[in-house]
Amino acid sequence: MVIEKDIWNYLKEVFDPEIPVLSIVDLGIVQKVSVTPESINISIIPTYTACPAMKRIEDDIIEYLKKKCNLDVKVELAYKPAWTTDFITDEGKQKLKDYGIAPPEEELEKTNLFQELVKVRCPKCNSKFTKLVSQFGSTACKAHYKCEKCLEPFDYFKCLK
Amino acid sequence: MNSLFEYLLRLGDDSLIIGHRLSEWCGHGPILEEDIALSNIALDFIGQSISIYEYASEIEDKGRTADDLAFLRFDREYKNLILLEQPNGDFGMTMMRQFLFDSYRKLLFESLINSCDDRISAISIKSLKETKYHLKHSSEWVIRLGDGTDESNKRIQDSLDTLWRYTAELFYEDDIDIELKSSKIIPPMKELKEAWYNNVKEIFSRATLTIPNNNWEYGEGRRGVHSEHLGYILAELQYMQRAYPGMEW
Repeated sequence: MVIEKDIWNYLKEVFDPEIPVLSIVDLGIVQKVSVTPESINISIIPTYTACPAMKRIEDDIIEYLKKKCNLDVKVELAYKPAWTTDFITDEGKQKLKDYGIAPPEEELEKTNLFQELVKVRCPKCNSKFTKLVSQFGSTACKAHYKCEKCLEPFDYFKCLK
Repeated sequence: MNSLFEYLLRLGDDSLIIGHRLSEWCGHGPILEEDIALSNIALDFIGQSISIYEYASEIEDKGRTADDLAFLRFDREYKNLILLEQPNGDFGMTMMRQFLFDSYRKLLFESLINSCDDRISAISIKSLKETKYHLKHSSEWVIRLGDGTDESNKRIQDSLDTLWRYTAELFYEDDIDIELKSSKIIPPMKELKEAWYNNVKEIFSRATLTIPNNNWEYGEGRRGVHSEHLGYILAELQYMQRAYPGMEW
């Protein structure tokens, strides 16, 4: 008989399709896990309203848990709470950095026009001598930066609050 | 008529139509970063429309899905603001349209967070986080272009002159608004109007732009009466579902 703790451990092996080093538990989008003798119910929340990865994540959860537990698996998309980057675990933030994506940091209010809202450290050389190229990057959750020291272009997982 | 359903169509259609308009920039942006930014923002709006239509579909409870609402209604059944269906024009025109809308939308979501309708509140909490990024982006461009060269100033001033007439509609209240206001589902729009006006006035002053001095108002989008542009949008937006009914990705 599987228990909830097993499921949480299995979910650590389901990865974000766009940032494959990050599990959905690291990302903090799994809100609830419940197990009955016949089925497993998972509730997840979206990072961004239009995150195109949500459907894929849902399918991956179902496929992986069915394989592991041989039970009926249901995944529900919840509306509350609204996901923020605070939900990413410390381990998740470290994995992001190792992967070359600067993890989210505390930012100034977005009403500050023409100001960099945060000084992002380069994930490669750790320099603070970096420059925002565009607030909108390769996916909805990332901004595009450049390191002025090692000249590496990199993504910053932007702070969503 | 179910007022809540009708109101959700207004919210959802605003998101869908502006999202579609912005998506038209994909591959045509003036620089790569802006091309990506506009596509990102378009995607946020399409995402918002999905979550709003899903709720609308549950409220209507007639078996129409979110996709049916997005793709299978006729033009008179769309309840978006006329402002949002206006053509993209040049980059300045798109940014002006976006700024006028983002500044309204941010105030609206900030108020709707306190809606006594839980689902509207949850959608607003989520969408507001994205809207703050949109507003920063469009505000900066309005200032940059307005306070830029003579040419950029002239062109974005022309955009403001063209689009200003559509902004009165942002704050119209009809029977549906009044009903939902009395049941504390939505805020009084008139109160938002002053905050909105002060915000746009401040940005226009930094951008050295002048608010046109005309009181001519235009806008019956909430009743489904649109400009000629919506039909062309729908022809493209709905093509696939009309040509191949029930088709799935």
